Amino acid sequence: MISLPSFVGARLVRALLVIARSAATRQSLYSAAARFAPRFLLLSLSVLLPHSASAASAPSGDPIKLGHYGSLTGKDAAFGVATRKGVLLAIEEINAKGGVLGRPLAYLVEDIQSKQGESATAVKKLISRDKVVAVIGANASANSLEAAPICQNSKIPMMAISSTNPRVTEVGDYIFRICFIDPFQGAVLSKFAATTLKAKRIALLTAVNSPYSVGLSDVLRQDFTARGGEIVAAQKYNEGEKDFRAQLTAIRPLKPDVIAVTGFYAEAALICLQARALGIDVPFIGGDGWEAPQLIELGGKAVEGTYYSTYFSAENDAPEVRAYTQRYLTRWNNEVPEGVSALGYDAVYLIAAAMTKAGTTAGPKLRDAIAATKNFPGVTGNTTIDAKRNSAKAAVMLTVKNGRSVFFESVTP
Amino acid sequence: MRAHHLPPESLNPQLSTPLSEFLQQLLNGLSLGAIYALIALGYTMVYGVLRFINFAHSDVFMVGSFIGYYLGKHVPESTVWGGLVILLAAMLGCALLGMIIERLAYRPLRGAATLNVLITAIGVSLLLEYSGQVFFGATPRTFPAVFPSANYSFGSLVISSNQILVIVVAALLMVALQLIVYRTKIGTAMRAVSLNPKAAQLVGVNNDVVISFTFGLGSALAGAGGILYALNYPSIDPLMGVMPGLKAFVAAVLGGIGNIPGAALGGLLLGTVETFVNGSQWSTYKDAIAFAILIIILLFRPAGLLGKFTVEKV
Repeated sequence: MISLPSFVGARLVRALLVIARSAATRQSLYSAAARFAPRFLLLSLSVLLPHSASAASAPSGDPIKLGHYGSLTGKDAAFGVATRKGVLLAIEEINAKGGVLGRPLAYLVEDIQSKQGESATAVKKLISRDKVVAVIGANASANSLEAAPICQNSKIPMMAISSTNPRVTEVGDYIFRICFIDPFQGAVLSKFAATTLKAKRIALLTAVNSPYSVGLSDVLRQDFTARGGEIVAAQKYNEGEKDFRAQLTAIRPLKPDVIAVTGFYAEAALICLQARALGIDVPFIGGDGWEAPQLIELGGKAVEGTYYSTYFSAENDAPEVRAYTQRYLTRWNNEVPEGVSALGYDAVYLIAAAMTKAGTTAGPKLRDAIAATKNFPGVTGNTTIDAKRNSAKAAVMLTVKNGRSVFFESVTP
Repeated sequence: MRAHHLPPESLNPQLSTPLSEFLQQLLNGLSLGAIYALIALGYTMVYGVLRFINFAHSDVFMVGSFIGYYLGKHVPESTVWGGLVILLAAMLGCALLGMIIERLAYRPLRGAATLNVLITAIGVSLLLEYSGQVFFGATPRTFPAVFPSANYSFGSLVISSNQILVIVVAALLMVALQLIVYRTKIGTAMRAVSLNPKAAQLVGVNNDVVISFTFGLGSALAGAGGILYALNYPSIDPLMGVMPGLKAFVAAVLGGIGNIPGAALGGLLLGTVETFVNGSQWSTYKDAIAFAILIIILLFRPAGLLGKFTVEKV
């Protein structure tokens, strides 16, 4: 007697295996999917587009396509999601005021899922299939480095959001960034540790598979030793790891005054948790990779009293920051804007201003206009794109107090 | 604004010697190794009975963590009974999942070429991982502290209660597994099927029941491993099983695949070596060194540390 479920189950598995074995069927299935996917995507986009152009002085004409690639899911999702919110807010505001050159801005986004290799695919899609005129992204330097050569070769300007490794803009003259670079950030952290925290001995924890972390650690080491301090330990880990007890146990007997973790928030939170469990009480410092709500969610009490550098604090008293923060709170359900949201916001406005000045969205002219940006009034500070296509800006140090990130001080090295 | 001066001496400087650091690393290594051992037990048991590597095992481990995450919301935090309820629920849930997978994906292929079943196992593994991303979301979640957690220090040696829990639970489960396999009827039946499935059928063993039970048992161990791992490393996500699963598989092979004490030994060895290398200056090479040790051991003892090749007698 054969029971029905097992009969069906067995047949299903056998059928799937037969399909898998038949190469011809597989080929035709793939090609059918490939043929229909772009059509489906364009259809869904055209449904979404009218939403962005709904306003009093509705801009008309072909939408100007801005592409954004970032991690909306996965380990680094906090950055991509926050950036997207800043970018969307800017696009909506610009469209409400009449768009750019009389045309609405259209927002196209690709999720790189916190994975290696996805950035290149995402950017290729945005440029060749969706025909964007400019690309915004990414957050992590590793992802920007992957995508930059593609944008450079296609002559589409790319504005990296929070990629602080200097190599990103060195790829070519179409690659810009709206944030500061690690030589600056490392010097900021070093000065903060030496003068505010009065540290003479630092232990470094570097994520070796992240160019951002390696670059930041190098600068921090050089700058701190130049100030007369000592790097007592330099331990390494890989992104994605969960167990850091071995490295922390090796650091513990060397008694550093401060421990610097130059990687991202997911590991930083676990490192702080495990360090406190091992009885390590010293303050921790980190770079802009720490900024995410998950840092506090995961780290809890262990991250209280830690410090990290970033580009923006919502508690800044400047009028344009307060106005922006208010608009962001209203738009996104009382979520406080983070550094990367403000950077995304500024990136869109800067590109829009460049388009208006150049009078066109064509690659080379747009690139020149962006490169010539001087004293652009962004919410992350007065922005000038320098000769190396980086933005010089002040950095702020935040600290975690009572479960929130609060402004501590503003540092210029 | 708080000014940070040099922290007070929270550790007795005299006891912070190389010996105490060695002991601390050893402790860290044992607790990591206990988790690998627990997962390795599942691999080794299924291989021992069925000569089949269940690649989906590491993802059952991940599902166990998520069962604990969702149930943890309904149980008060930091209580012993709450933690035990979650542990048992995860073990049961995973046992069920394991039996369902066996029923739907592996049983229809019994008797087919080994390669086909292996590919199916990989398929199930990918299915679990990416369905997990769809249903649970790909962002890492914070696992709740379901057991009361405290840190105990002996001089400058610090061990957390979660680490002790891992070692104790892993040891208990291994002993229980040995008892089941060697002292119960179903255990005898498992050993019979592992020696010769056709002969076992001839003497009246119901192979289907035994194999389902084996998968259920192995998956329950994976579920326990998932909860214990998530207690120590509270960030869980649908792809969390990949690396620990790979390391546990290597540990099972290291100890002799198919051999239960071998899996335990392999897990502890791998965890300890990995921790010591991780704390040294060669930490970037820790995986390379751990797997190099595997290769060297297999060169000299091809069946693993405690394994023995069974000679096929005609």
